[in-house]
Amino acid sequence: MDSILDVNNLHVTFDTYGGSVQAVRGVNFSLNKGETLAIVGESGSGKSVTTKALMGLVAKPAGKIPKGEILFEGKDLTKLSNKQMQKIRGKDISMIFQDPMTSLNPTMKVGKQIMEGLILHQNQSKQEAKKRALELLQLVGIPDPEKRINQYPHQFSGGMRQRVVIAIALACNPKVLIADEPTTALDVTIQAQIIELMKNIQKKMETSIIFITHDLGVVANVADRVAVMYAGKIVEIGTVDDVFYNPKHPYTWGLLGSMPTVDSQEEKLIAIPGTPPDLIHPPKGDAFAARNEFALAIDFEEEPPMFQVSDSHYAATWLLHEDAPHIEPPEAVKRRMKGFSTEGDNKNE
Amino acid sequence: MNKDKILEVKELKQHFRTSKKSVIKAVDGISFDIYRGETFGLVGESGCGKSTTGRTIIRLYDATSGEVKFNGVDVHSLKSKQEIKSFNRQMQMIFQDPYASLNPRMTVKEIISEGIDIHGLAKNEKEKTDRVHELLETVGLNKEHASRYPHEFSGGQRQRIGIARALAVDPEFIIADEPISALDVSIQAQVVNLMKELQQKRGLTYLFIAHDLSMVKYISDRIAVMFAGRIVELADSEELYSNPLHSYTKSLLSAIPVPDPDYERNRQRVVFDHDSYNPEGATLREIKNGHWVLCTEEEFKKMK
Repeated sequence: MDSILDVNNLHVTFDTYGGSVQAVRGVNFSLNKGETLAIVGESGSGKSVTTKALMGLVAKPAGKIPKGEILFEGKDLTKLSNKQMQKIRGKDISMIFQDPMTSLNPTMKVGKQIMEGLILHQNQSKQEAKKRALELLQLVGIPDPEKRINQYPHQFSGGMRQRVVIAIALACNPKVLIADEPTTALDVTIQAQIIELMKNIQKKMETSIIFITHDLGVVANVADRVAVMYAGKIVEIGTVDDVFYNPKHPYTWGLLGSMPTVDSQEEKLIAIPGTPPDLIHPPKGDAFAARNEFALAIDFEEEPPMFQVSDSHYAATWLLHEDAPHIEPPEAVKRRMKGFSTEGDNKNE
Repeated sequence: MNKDKILEVKELKQHFRTSKKSVIKAVDGISFDIYRGETFGLVGESGCGKSTTGRTIIRLYDATSGEVKFNGVDVHSLKSKQEIKSFNRQMQMIFQDPYASLNPRMTVKEIISEGIDIHGLAKNEKEKTDRVHELLETVGLNKEHASRYPHEFSGGQRQRIGIARALAVDPEFIIADEPISALDVSIQAQVVNLMKELQQKRGLTYLFIAHDLSMVKYISDRIAVMFAGRIVELADSEELYSNPLHSYTKSLLSAIPVPDPDYERNRQRVVFDHDSYNPEGATLREIKNGHWVLCTEEEFKKMK
């Protein structure tokens, strides 16, 4: 498959009074055309910062990209000036933010907010832009667009506002759409509608989507591939089936085990003990070791490299080393794997 | 289960007057009982009145009409200071946002011991300190944390402080209003496990308010689904999930994202038409033992 975006060894740091926070510590992934890549992880794992770097939104001067590159159509985005970046942002790469209440301008009519990008990036006249804005409102499923286009954000409900945000993001037919927790602030029924909408639009426009979330249920629904982030690094990446039915990293086990499924019985949830590490002084070795009940001695000494599990599936844990002892994943995770081995074995091994 | 009722809510209404002409009927006539030692889940989307219900039960709001009986006594008719104080000791609340619900200018010890002071539960300073340390350990923190301020803690730790504060006065009944929705997934499991463990050890009764349906099912014995200020369905959690009867419950359950890709690929979502739904003439009727649905006489006959 053609990749549209390649991120190589990306590092992002933020200077603070306490020292330099290493928010992203060497992230590699590529995004293929027309696919949805979900990035999951808890707060502070660096998932949002990674995508902010893609958008050129790492706030200077505190935020820096000391190492790494982001290749988009042959250009390294980390090297571009702010002016050059402005031409890409909103046109080729655009973003949907988490909170539809704060990401719209409350003093501007929604129509004008949608038209802004069209006039700026595509030199459209006001009439053209308005026509396109009406089409977009229709596309994202807002009834009565003629009337709605002249209303202000406060006249919309949360779900409708998020639709407006999506319309703005889609205005210039971006090649890459970054959605940062787009449904977290919404009710489940509205969340389901927005996700369906995004999938339909993706089919129509062949957009590549990076979908950030901490809700694994949402991931299972939207993603083609999944990257699991922990302490500024990707610890496991693979197709959605790889990660859900054949997870290899103990952190992924913990995440999957900590969510009750609707048919899970009275057993105790697997809680990952402790809290994420301090990224001003990242721990030596594997950053997850201190919270990992399966940690090996080497985890406290040396950082694990990415081990290949299959063509599509990689995980950074010493448990995959050929000398590592065989460790059985927790019961809740093994139940998932059963389903996988019946249909996935011949495909993957 | 012991069928001793700790809380009885009857035809509770909570209306807010927003202007001369308009009244918001946040809670519009709901009735349910909570048994001692169980966890009762209250779910629904934002604005359905679930938090208002919790706040009215604990007297943060005065009810418009209806009654809330706690251990047989109507809490809204309590008059004397003494009665109110003793009620406050028996019923406590854990709030949604662990950032906003702790006073940033008080140390953890001051936060936790406030209730101990008010109710005079410690004879002297040393006893109070010991009690605070014990509570911190109960919720998985340690005594060094007592002298710190809320901003020094992570979200999950703060929620533990909130739980310690609620436990400080030895309540029988705790209202947990979305206690985990502001926390990360891995931390949510820690807090839920802690709440379950405390319930077993101390025989607590919980009213658990949430919109995360998979977590609610996990923790609750019985669940009520609220929509537009009314309970539309009430049943044992197992029964509610395997055999939902009301169309709103069906739509809500069908929208829960499940962390299983195969399931998600074959998901069939049930759509509920909010605008055309008219509950007129419908009352909560018992379809089968312990399973109540808001329906009309006609619908009742069909379902039965």
